[in-house]
This record gives sequence, C-alpha cells and structure tokens, in this order.
Amino acid sequence: MDPVNKIALLRGMTQNRTRREALRLAGLSATGLMLAACGVQGQKQTPAKPDAVQDYWAKQKKTGKVVFANWPEYMPEDKKPLEEFKKATGISYEYKEVIDENASFFGKVDPVLRAGQSLGYDIVVMTNGIQLQHMIELGYVVQLDQAKLPNFNANAGAKYKDRSYDPGNVYTVPYTSGITGIAYNTKYVKDDITSINALFDPKYKGRVGMMRDAQEIGNFGMFALGIDPEKSTQADWEKAGAKLKEQRDAGLVRKYYDQDYIDAVSKGDVWLTMAWSGDVFQRQLAGEPVKFVVPGEGGTIWTDNMLIPKGAANPIDAITLMDWFYKPEIAAELEEFIQFVTPVPAAHDILKEKVATLQGKEKTDLETLVNSPLIFPTEADYAKLRGYTQLTTKTEQVFNRIFQTVTQA
Amino acid sequence: MKGRLTPYLLALPSWLWLGIFLVVPLAAMASVSTTTGNNIDGFVQTFAFSNYTDALSRYSTQLARSFAYGAMATVAMLVIGYPVAYFIAFKGGARKSTYLFLLLLPFFVSFVLRTISWGFLLADDGILLGTLKGWGLLPAGFHVLATTFSVVAGLTYNWLPFMILPIYVALERVDPRVIEAAQDLYATRLAAFRRVVLPLSLPGVFAGVLMTFVPATADPVNAQILGGTSNTMIGNVIQTEYLTNLAYPSASALSFTLMAVLLVGIFIYAKALGTENVLEAAANR
Amino acid sequence: MKRNRLGDRVLHLYTWLIIVWLSAPIAVMILFGFNDKKSKSNTSWQGFTLRWYQELFSISDLSTALINSLVIAVASTLVTAVIGTMLGLALGRFRFRGKGITNFLVFVAISTPELVMGSSLLSLFVSANMPRDSFTIIIAHVLFSLSFVTVTVRARVVTLDPSLEEAARDLGASAWGTFRQVTLPAIMPGVAAGAMLAFALSVDDYVVTSFVNGSTITFPLWIVGSVKTGIPPQVNVMGTLIFGVGVLIAVANFVAARRRRT
Repeated sequence: MDPVNKIALLRGMTQNRTRREALRLAGLSATGLMLAACGVQGQKQTPAKPDAVQDYWAKQKKTGKVVFANWPEYMPEDKKPLEEFKKATGISYEYKEVIDENASFFGKVDPVLRAGQSLGYDIVVMTNGIQLQHMIELGYVVQLDQAKLPNFNANAGAKYKDRSYDPGNVYTVPYTSGITGIAYNTKYVKDDITSINALFDPKYKGRVGMMRDAQEIGNFGMFALGIDPEKSTQADWEKAGAKLKEQRDAGLVRKYYDQDYIDAVSKGDVWLTMAWSGDVFQRQLAGEPVKFVVPGEGGTIWTDNMLIPKGAANPIDAITLMDWFYKPEIAAELEEFIQFVTPVPAAHDILKEKVATLQGKEKTDLETLVNSPLIFPTEADYAKLRGYTQLTTKTEQVFNRIFQTVTQA
Repeated sequence: MKGRLTPYLLALPSWLWLGIFLVVPLAAMASVSTTTGNNIDGFVQTFAFSNYTDALSRYSTQLARSFAYGAMATVAMLVIGYPVAYFIAFKGGARKSTYLFLLLLPFFVSFVLRTISWGFLLADDGILLGTLKGWGLLPAGFHVLATTFSVVAGLTYNWLPFMILPIYVALERVDPRVIEAAQDLYATRLAAFRRVVLPLSLPGVFAGVLMTFVPATADPVNAQILGGTSNTMIGNVIQTEYLTNLAYPSASALSFTLMAVLLVGIFIYAKALGTENVLEAAANR
Repeated sequence: MKRNRLGDRVLHLYTWLIIVWLSAPIAVMILFGFNDKKSKSNTSWQGFTLRWYQELFSISDLSTALINSLVIAVASTLVTAVIGTMLGLALGRFRFRGKGITNFLVFVAISTPELVMGSSLLSLFVSANMPRDSFTIIIAHVLFSLSFVTVTVRARVVTLDPSLEEAARDLGASAWGTFRQVTLPAIMPGVAAGAMLAFALSVDDYVVTSFVNGSTITFPLWIVGSVKTGIPPQVNVMGTLIFGVGVLIAVANFVAARRRRT
C-alpha cells in the first residue's frame, strides 16, 4: 500500500461529521439488523436410505481420474503405490498434501460442503475424532458401495472393520493407524525418555513441543495425571487443562504444533515433543537424530480413514483407489515407507518374507520395522494404548473450550 | 451536467456496495453475535448478550495484549521513525524523493511474504542468529522468534513507513527560516527543536499514530508467523473462532467488540487532538 | 557548528541503517530464490542456481493461486475504478442530500480493520448460507479498495477548474462529450493512481480474503498455508518478479513525472 495515497485518504476523515450522521448510520444498521435477524441454519441429516445409496452409485461412471487429499508423510516420495494403481487401472491421480490437523481442515471444508459446493477432492483422510463424526452426521460423506470394496472385505484386519465410530464401514475405510507418543532429538536429549513427565520437566524449558489439536493434547494432559481419557469426565478435563496451563505458564512449551512439529524436532527447535509414530520412524530412516517412545503412562492410538466427500466428481475412481490400498502387496509397499500401523495384517507376512531377500542396511532397517511393536502391535501392546475421549456435539464445546484456552494464549 | 439526478446516479452503485457489503454485514455480525447453538444443529437468535461477557472473559488477555502490542509497536515506530523523517525533510536536499522511494521499497513485496522473510532472518539457525552462534557470541539455546520482541518488532517493521511518511509531510512544510529564527532565539539547537519544530510536526505524529496503531492492533499475521505460545493476539483468536472452530457467535462478539473499541477510540482521538483540521492541512500540501 | 555537522552525519548514517533494515528481508527473499537447496527447507545457503526460475510453474497449486490472485485483482480493480470514480466525481463536484453520510461511510470503510471487514462479510455469508468463491473475494476486494479510489479521484476533482467544462459546454459539447473529452482526461491521473492502488491492495490482501475465500486459494493464502511445511523457492521467485515489475512501474512513473515538470 502506498502511504502517500493513504495520506490523501485521511482527507476522508476530515469531513465534518455530526452526531446526526452517526445516528442515521445507526438507523441504517438497525434496518440491516432486522434483515439479518436470523441465525445460522443447522444441517443435521439422517442417513440416506439404502435405495438412495444404490441409486447414487448406479448413476456414477468411471472418469479415469481421482484427486486424493491426504496428510504429509503419508506416501512415498516416488508415489509408487499410486503409480502402480495408474498402470493397473488406467486411472490418473492428483495427490495433494493439504491436511495437517483435523479441526482446521474441518473448519475449511464445512462451509464449502454446507453451501453445496464441491471440495475438488475425491478422497479425504480424517482421523476418528469428533470432526469425522460431524462430517458423517452433517451428511458430508458419501455412503460406500460395499460391493466395490472386495479387497477391503477380504483383507482388512478384524480390528479395522466395523469400528464404533463407523459401524459397518458405511462411510469410511481406514488408511492407517498410528500412535501418539513422544519424539526427542538425541543430539540435545541425552537421557532415555520413558515417562510423560519429561514433557513437564523444567530442564527442557522452552524446548518442549505440544500438539494444538484439542483431542491430542487433552489425552496427554490426562495421561500425565493417570486418567484414562476414554472414561474421562468434565472434571478430569478441567484438571488436565490446569496441568497443561501450568506447563505453558512455566515457559516449557515452545509452540503448539500441527504436523509441523516433525521439522521442529528434527531441526532442534524443540528437543522433545508429542509426535506421531510413523513420522518419526521415517525421519529416523532418513538419518535424522530422532527417537520415538510411548510413555509408560500411556499413548494414544488413532485411525486415519479414507472417505468420499459429498460432491466428489470421481466417486467410482475414488472407491477403486480406496480398495486398491487393501491389496496386501500394496499395503506392504506403503507400510515400508510410512511406518504407521497398517490395517492389512497380510502385509506383515509379505514384509517378513522380503527381509530374507535383502542384505546390509536395507535388511536391518526392514527387520526393525517388521519386529517393531509400534508398527505391528500385539494384543498386549494395544492394551497400553487408549483412544480419544468420546465427545458429543454438546460436550465437544466444553472440551474444546478447556483445551483451547491452553493452546490459544 | 445540469441534471439534478446526476450526483445520485453517480453515487448509487457505491451506496449499494457500501450498504450491502459494509453496513448490512456489520449488522449481520451484530445479529450473529447474540445467537446460541452449535455448528451442527445451527445457531438460533436468542439475544444472548452473555456471549459478549463470556467471550471477553475467555479472551481478555489476548484483547489486552493486542492493544499493548499495538501501543508498543506504535511507540517504537515513533521513536525509530521520527529522526528519519526529520533527516529527510531537513537534510535530504535533492535526494528527498530517492530516500522516500527507498523507504517504500518493501511495499512492492507482498505483506505476508515480507513477514515470512523477516521471520526467516530471525530464525534460530538463520542468517543472523546462526552466524552469531557459530562465532560463539550467543548461547546455542538463544532464540528471538516466538517471543514478544519478535512480534512487536514485526509489527514495527511492517508499518514503520506509515509513521515516517506523515511526519515527513508535516516537517517538510516547516519553513527553514522559521528554524533559523528559532535557533537565533533559543540558546541551543535542542531548545529550538523542542519549542518550534516539534510542535509543528505534531499533526504528522498524530496522523502517523492513527495510521499505524489500528492495523497493528488488529493484525493476525505477525503473531501467527513470528509469535510463540504466549503471543496470541485477538486477531488470531477471531480467525480461529471463525475459521477453525466455526463458533460464529463468540467470534462475532469478539470482532464486534474490537471494531467498537477501535472506532470509538479513533473518534475520541480525532476530536480530542483536533486531528481533523490538522490532517486536512497535512493532506492538502 | 562542528557538533551540528557531526549530528547530521549521525542522522545520515541512521537513516541509511533504517533503509537497510527495511530492505534486508527483501534482499533475503531475492537471494533465496537462487538457492540451490537440497533439503526440504529453504533456510540455509547451499549454492547458486537458476533452477527455480526454470521451474517457476512446476507447483500447479501455486501457479493456480497466482493466476487466481491476478484475475481477482483485475476484476476488482475494474469494478472499483468505475464505481469509485463515479463516487469521487459526485463527492468532489456536487452538493447533494446524503453527501455527509456518504463521506462518513467512506471514512468508516477506510478505518475499519481488515479483520473486522472480513469477519463481518463472513457473518453475512454464513447467515445467508451464501457459497463463497472468487466472486465473494471480488466483492470484498472492491469493498476495501473503493474508498481509496474515491478519495484519490475526489482529491483530483476538487483541484479541477470548472470553467474548462463550462467552456466546452458553451462550445456546444454534450454532457457526455464534455465528460469524455474534458473531465475524464483531466481526472485520469487520479483514476490511474487509484486503480493501481486498488490492484496492489487486491494482490496483497491476506486477512479479508482468508474469511471469504471458500475453497478458492489466492497467492498470499497459499503462502501462509505453506509456511508450516516450508516455503518453496518458487514463491521467492514469484515475489522477486512481482517486486521487479512494481519497482519498474514506479521508476517509470517517477521519470515520466519529472520529465513533465521540466
């Protein structure tokens, strides 16, 4: 902006204004107020009838193109699984890393979907939190045609089918699961971190990273107090909120992060931080001095799910791609890179077999992956992990308010 | 152009635009600010004025902080900018416009990009701190980003020219002979400055303060890019409430409060200091 | 006297220091557009390359964002230039009922913080369940640049000698002819300055746009969105090119103005 012009503009302020004009403006505003004296409409939907779902899918045609909106660090750089998909099906893809936090992503897409516009994405990946619940109850998600998901039905692990947040996989199928724990930079942190208390240790003043997402940070506040988030009450949330506020006010927290925490910890901006398992393993493989642990007090297990948003232009191609990820060899390929928890158990065997064919560093790297309880958890491992706090539209406001007062200071 | 309707026809499109897209939205915002509900079931008008007390009690820190940061940045701009304006006005000679042009150079780069570059300069391992740390002049843990200093410095950086320009305009109108006379009259240069130059430049100072304080106070970008956990400003809160939480009532209440405080402030300021005539004079040069 | 000269020298140095401070981030931006970076983040100097100039449009979303910005800027500038000039003429030339309140509205539009302008528009759009896209962005951009054009044009109109137009009318020109051949050329510098300002404001805007964009992404929005993952060097290059064009236009203007004067 050009200040010289802006000075000229100040002439606008120099006109004589009388109280009468201000009153007139107030009058005008009042008229406007009456025009606008309505609220904001809700959108709550009832699920579509099975016939309607059949009709919807019957009308769709393969277009030969799919737009996939995903999180960063969720696809090998050479996009091999997608390239193979393209070769096998002739469907070309556009891959966009546009999601790095559920709440802000929902904030972005809700107004667009509400207005009946298309997002321009055919597949979107969201975590099993309150925002996904909202997407479903607001009717923003296309109901899936189970007949078009043969690989999913054949190969998905029992733990990944028919989950409480989406019984019968009516709307979503998992992309991958993962664990929220602690990552630390071994260049700066010489001790072995085992406890969640490290995040609250004054020794690391100004070098701790926490997550901005209310459900993520809420869980960690509760773990620190020995509370099970799945069974927590409002009183627990308030205690956890107070604990996190204390941590912030003591100057421990450098910043509340979305997925950008991973760069911060590998660069050393923060020395230890809340982190997602696979991100850290990927950086480890790339030779960066980071380590991941699940604190003894507990870690969070979550699942990221693929869904087709309402108004998607290429649903047939989208559901074909969703099912593609459930071919065991594709799941294994993806797993080898992203290092999160795969929903396809058969991938484990494929990788185990592959270990035998490799040599040197590649072999040891893959061996670590195959044997890691954080990537292929056993029943006993699952027992230590907790899900998010279950929220409803009502309790969500209370919950968010408590933890946003922490992260937005 | 004798038609009596002409001015009305000329003004009509702008009236419509300003009416529909400035006045009505402010009214809509006021209306939304007293609704209750949630994004899923919808928001219903219940004239819940408690939204205001509620939102203000939750975010009073951020609101107060915004005004504090705005004020700190404005003072910093005044202290830093005044000598520059003084130099260009009185000692700039033939190169006055060159100096002004150089001061305006940053405005040819997008505001967000400028702020990011500024953050980039200050990064922990960046060109400045990284080098100093490399020479062992700073401890490894030292950082500037994510502090009050970096946010206020960013605000100061972004609006400094808006402070310098109006002061320059006011000073440039001072007749050098007046200063000579004052220097003859008073014993020291300082006294001459204090008694003659400073009062004559006050109109420019007032205009500069007006042009920098309001945008700096309501800015969300600097705190977002340069700030840390305890530097959130009201602009960030309003953006998050509107765009992430979709909590329209409390967001509207905060935004409306911010506007009311700033506008009332501007009017009082303009009336109290008689800025109106002063600005007229400054702008009419 | 000697002390004074020392004071002047200190002031001179100080002014240059401030200029260096203000330009430093720009220099860094330009420099890192030539950085041959290998790692993900573009934060440390790793050698000179022209690669990013060759691959300027290789990030399709970024290119789309830049194009969106330019299209929106052209459209909103055209609308603003026309209706802002009309209002500037009305305010500068005529006395009419409602002039006071119009001036007041123009003032309010200038002094309302961008944040409030954007959020109030969003409140309206949300209440009316109105879809947001580039159309709503244009509406908003016209709104915040309208006053700037109006005031620039009005300043020009006020200095105009009415006898010129009277002479034209006496010579038998029609009202429209007078406007086109006498008034418009005379106020053209004001209109052009206002339009340029409107264009610059539109291309640069982040805050208002962030509220009314729907799923349309503009250049500043794209940049802020990619802060977390690291700004690619292409952004530096685009910034550098915009900077270059802006400076060229300004210098050309400056030279032209100087030549007119002599």
